[in-house]
Amino acid sequence: MKEIISSPLFHLTITLLFYILMRKLYIRFNYSFLNPILLTIVGLIVILYVTGIPYEAYSQNTKIISFWLGPSVVALGLPLYLNLRKVKKEIWKILLAMTTGSIAGIVSVVLIAWSLGGSREVMLSLAPKSVTTPIAMEISHQIGGIPPLTAAIVITVGIFGAMFGMSFMKLLRIKDPKAIGLGVGAASHGVGTAWISHHGREYSAFGGLGMALNGILTALFTPSIVHWMLNWLH
Amino acid sequence: MKAIKQITIILAFWLAGEAITILTGLPVPGSIIGMIMLVATLELKWIKVDQIEKASNFLIENMAMFFIPAGVGTMCYFDILRKEWLPISVSVIVSIFIVMAVVGLLSQSKNKNHEGNN
Repeated sequence: MKEIISSPLFHLTITLLFYILMRKLYIRFNYSFLNPILLTIVGLIVILYVTGIPYEAYSQNTKIISFWLGPSVVALGLPLYLNLRKVKKEIWKILLAMTTGSIAGIVSVVLIAWSLGGSREVMLSLAPKSVTTPIAMEISHQIGGIPPLTAAIVITVGIFGAMFGMSFMKLLRIKDPKAIGLGVGAASHGVGTAWISHHGREYSAFGGLGMALNGILTALFTPSIVHWMLNWLH
Repeated sequence: MKAIKQITIILAFWLAGEAITILTGLPVPGSIIGMIMLVATLELKWIKVDQIEKASNFLIENMAMFFIPAGVGTMCYFDILRKEWLPISVSVIVSIFIVMAVVGLLSQSKNKNHEGNN
């Protein structure tokens, strides 16, 4: 039995099975709190706890799933290409929005965490919270945060953006798929983008663009902004 | 065979992106560079949309699932999350909405009926 529950076959099967079941549940009830990614993660954590499988073993055995994150980011180039005309037409507006959004994201998360008594290493781990996992971990490492903690936060951010992004945009009366895509992609990277991409190609195109631009801009800005903020806050 | 070809093209872009990241030392992941190169080669007509379309759509549709193993890693940080749950959760939630609002409001087209515009 022990051989079975520690095998890659078991880990891969339960991961896919949970995902399929949670998706069914979500489609059936269509309630944003039932986000299938969130429920699958929670379910798998419970299983790992109960069976005593260490996360390292699970992570190693499911590399075959995580591997496809890289190619799927590359694949976002296709919807982006198909919407390239719209991007070119408004390139300066998009760049201005993205630069402001990137800086606002870094400053706000550090400032709020600081005002609520967050520790230095948590603040540093939070700074790149909106960008895609590999960029966020790299930034976190560069500025002295805890990269795996950053990864955990980044995924949570993505799920949160996926759950509430669309309704929040509706609340702000933003109906333009370009603006929704850019906003959700910028704030909640690939998870948010994956989620809104069900609404159509324009959403995935601009989600991918928002995620890519915010990743690049945040990598450029975070070290100096955080350095400056920490000097100023202490 | 068609599916294999499509996947191989996408993997090749990723590989080229990774190589560029390593050679230049840019703080940007290879997959993002690969995505930018894919757009450029499509625009230059070096490759055609239908050479990658099926594989791309498959990957994008299932992208959220690929994050699951990384998300399960949250279980290793329950200690810190329990100790600092308040600053972490409040700052993250408020900041996500700030980013969405800033980017969304600044980039939206003023024309309200833009759907019927083309």
